[in-house]
Amino acid sequence: MTDPITQTEAAAGSVPATSTRAVRRELRRQLFRSKTFIIGSLILLFWVFCAIAPGVVGTHDPSKQDPASKWIHPFFKEGHWLGTDRFGRDVFTRAIYGAREIMIIAPASVILGTAIGVVLGLAMGYFRGKLDDIISRVIEALMSLPVILVALLALTSLSGGRLTIILLIGFLFGPVIARTIRAAVITERDLDYVRAAELRGERSWYIMFVEILPNVFGPIVVEFTVRLGYAVFTMAGLAFIGFGTQPGSPDWGRTIFEERSSLLSDVWWPSLVPALALASLVVAINLVADAVQGLIDR
Amino acid sequence: MSTPALEFRDLRLAYVVRGHAREVLRGVSFAVQPGETYGLVGESGCGKSTAAYAAVRYLPRNARILSGEVHLAGRDVMSLDKHELRDLRANNASIVYQDPGQALNPTIKVGPQLIEAFRLIGLNKTESLGRAREMLKKVQIADPDSVLGRYPHQLSGGMQQRVIIAMALACSPQLLVLDEPTTGLDATVEAEVLDLVRGLRDEFGTSVLFISHNLGAIRSMCDRVGVLYAGKLVEEGSSQEVVDHPQHPYTVGLLRCLPRHGSRQSAQRLETIPGFLPLLGADLPTCVFVDRCPLASDKCRSTAPPWSADAGRLVRCHHVDRVDELAAAELPKGIPTVVDRSGAPLLVLDGVSKTFQQGGQSIKAVRDVSLALYPGETLGLVGESGSGKTTLAHTVLGLHDPDRADSITFNGTPLKAGTRSRPLEQVRGIQIVFQNPDSALNRRHSVRRIIGRSLKRLAALPKAEIDPELHAITAAVRLTDRHLDMRPSQLSGGLKQRVAIARSFAGKPRIVVCDEPTSALDVSVQAAILNLLGDLQRDRNTSYLFISHDLRVVRYLSDRIAVLYLGRIMELGPAERVFDGPHHPYTEALLSAAPSVDGDTRERIKLSGEIPSAVNQPAGCVFHTRCPRRLEGDICSTVEPELTPTPDGGVIRCHIPFDQLGGQPVSISFAER
Repeated sequence: MTDPITQTEAAAGSVPATSTRAVRRELRRQLFRSKTFIIGSLILLFWVFCAIAPGVVGTHDPSKQDPASKWIHPFFKEGHWLGTDRFGRDVFTRAIYGAREIMIIAPASVILGTAIGVVLGLAMGYFRGKLDDIISRVIEALMSLPVILVALLALTSLSGGRLTIILLIGFLFGPVIARTIRAAVITERDLDYVRAAELRGERSWYIMFVEILPNVFGPIVVEFTVRLGYAVFTMAGLAFIGFGTQPGSPDWGRTIFEERSSLLSDVWWPSLVPALALASLVVAINLVADAVQGLIDR
Repeated sequence: MSTPALEFRDLRLAYVVRGHAREVLRGVSFAVQPGETYGLVGESGCGKSTAAYAAVRYLPRNARILSGEVHLAGRDVMSLDKHELRDLRANNASIVYQDPGQALNPTIKVGPQLIEAFRLIGLNKTESLGRAREMLKKVQIADPDSVLGRYPHQLSGGMQQRVIIAMALACSPQLLVLDEPTTGLDATVEAEVLDLVRGLRDEFGTSVLFISHNLGAIRSMCDRVGVLYAGKLVEEGSSQEVVDHPQHPYTVGLLRCLPRHGSRQSAQRLETIPGFLPLLGADLPTCVFVDRCPLASDKCRSTAPPWSADAGRLVRCHHVDRVDELAAAELPKGIPTVVDRSGAPLLVLDGVSKTFQQGGQSIKAVRDVSLALYPGETLGLVGESGSGKTTLAHTVLGLHDPDRADSITFNGTPLKAGTRSRPLEQVRGIQIVFQNPDSALNRRHSVRRIIGRSLKRLAALPKAEIDPELHAITAAVRLTDRHLDMRPSQLSGGLKQRVAIARSFAGKPRIVVCDEPTSALDVSVQAAILNLLGDLQRDRNTSYLFISHDLRVVRYLSDRIAVLYLGRIMELGPAERVFDGPHHPYTEALLSAAPSVDGDTRERIKLSGEIPSAVNQPAGCVFHTRCPRRLEGDICSTVEPELTPTPDGGVIRCHIPFDQLGGQPVSISFAER
């Protein structure tokens, strides 16, 4: 005779997998079967690798100037296969080195933003009432301010360093994430397991973090990946207006900003290459986010 | 005989799950004749709904037909192309789903949705509107124009289901498929909907395929019934014959799981069907029921039983001649009651009211309820939805604050409002078993964690003692240690409810509120859970506040019963008297509405209209707007009757003198076999 428990599951029409580990394995298997996930994560892994060991991929010294060979046209001319910029620096190598800054700031700021969002969202969704009303209005007010304006204000009054950028993006994204988490928490808090916890006299923090939090993990993961893409975007935008990195840094946003004047002299490659790099990273993150979301929503 | 309206010819259907075809219907053959009502009955997971959807080829993408055919109105449904299929669905068959709230589009008014159904069959706008009005009248909606102009959420569940039925009948289909059409509805509304379907069927001559797990509804609705088990029909025959004289061991088992003939738990335990339904797609070369059958012999394990036909009865069993032994067997002995009325009551409600404020309106959900619960007693709370049962229970639990503090006394001390402000002794003293174990158990926590946390909080055990107690309590609810590390999603509905029961008993509660604990479960599982609740009560001397809309279950378990209507107690008394009479006219109507497996012995008392809103409650007796026994003159509509004591220690709220109230044994039971 087969195991009676496995039989019951079939009777109830519930998940046929037998153990939690099997469920996870199945989830992983489905992820690796999705093309969007594979393509997205390959690109992402490439940029992560570049951020860790740019010297392996890069072909030149990113900051070595050579006025003699400035503005070399791309496609394998004179050893610079994506050409050189106005100081004769190798465009390809600079794009590779430029990944590091973004790969540190974007995840760090989104982790901060998610942490803020989860705490706020749990509190708003669980307590509802006045607390929810007040925080919601504050969030709406914050979100109606143009991002660039807030950023300018913050960065001019504080130092323009890496930490400031992380804090800034984190605090900008926190409220947005909070709204999504709040919605998920609201459906959870109406379920009877929350009533049951209240009826054993559990404290609010226990109900929020131990009972509800594991059940809203799906939306948190989705929100994290989606926001990561936006963070890259925002960062590049800030760098473009001159914040966050030192002049001469190979950072993508910075490079586009500094090289844009060359566009007028028909030199498009020093700004287009980092722009494409940026685009590929954002697209890769979105592909991964899409795959994860598709799996969790089902 | 003419062409059947619907015919299944040895249909084998599988769902492909991760590359494996799992067989759900294992060769199903039956025919619904024109004008006939055919019932399909069986527990969840048997393939009932799959059969319903297969009838109109409305199947999920991973469904595969392995062999066999389905003929609808003489055409092979599986061989039609897209346009023919659409045509067939538009003109020949309609489905009514289980949940009317989800079958209507919430953003569109009822009118356009209903008119669309007529437009589909080619009528123009004005004709459609006229027909829509006409059809709403046919489904007994008194004021069609106002209903047409409303959104679905502005209608009650019963009204929504009527609209759906009107929509389904728009094309005058030859076949109407009803998939558990009354499962979410109150007994009184269910009775009306079933009456309505019966009337329309006779008027239009429609054939009906009626899917239900409720044998009572099947018996009262259907001409013939097929009993489905593990994707195979095990018995077929006229519905009265099958219910009254079942010939397959599974049918016998199903019927013996139900509390019947007004039985009480103190007199007899319920029988259960041992074991579990076979896995979907399991290989079942012999009899499908063999693993759970008390009659199973070597022959049953080696050869599949044939359809043995006998005067319109078809049974798939080797031992038809021995089935009578099962039906005649003694039911197991009852669980003695432990109610102790000698001392003070454990819980006293003294004029408890609960008013909600919403948008400047006062919703009087519970009005002036007084009752007492003794140690070891089971008090049943019955009433339609909206009668305040759950609000009352939640107020006792501390989830709501009563209007007047100190109106509830537990074990001699007034209960504080709000669970968090109550001392531990009060918190653990009153616990609850929820209706739906899926929502009541945290799906991310293991069984060990769920029960262990309650032991830690409520029993306040030191760490070292939690583990032994955990094993003791899981054993008490008949779970094994193997279940401890599983998540709720890995358990069946019945096992989940056992976990929920173990959790509520962790702190050794004096009172457990049972809020429809078995309404989400199959009858065989329900029987096991009711037995378990009885055993726990006997062993631990616990009192139950038992809420249910299933009157048979309430009667089976309860020592006393309180009938609620619009937040008021209409009647309270010993279970026998409340059921057998003399009883309140409302109780009488409730009782007569429930379809019974024992056969209806008298006319149904119809309740006209809907339960009035709790905001604008009627003057006088709140029940006078629907009361079938309303007195001459205007006393009922102007003066609210007081609760009058009855000779048996209960109370009743009616202007009619006690000895003139309705009485004789009600339809719910007593048609002795």
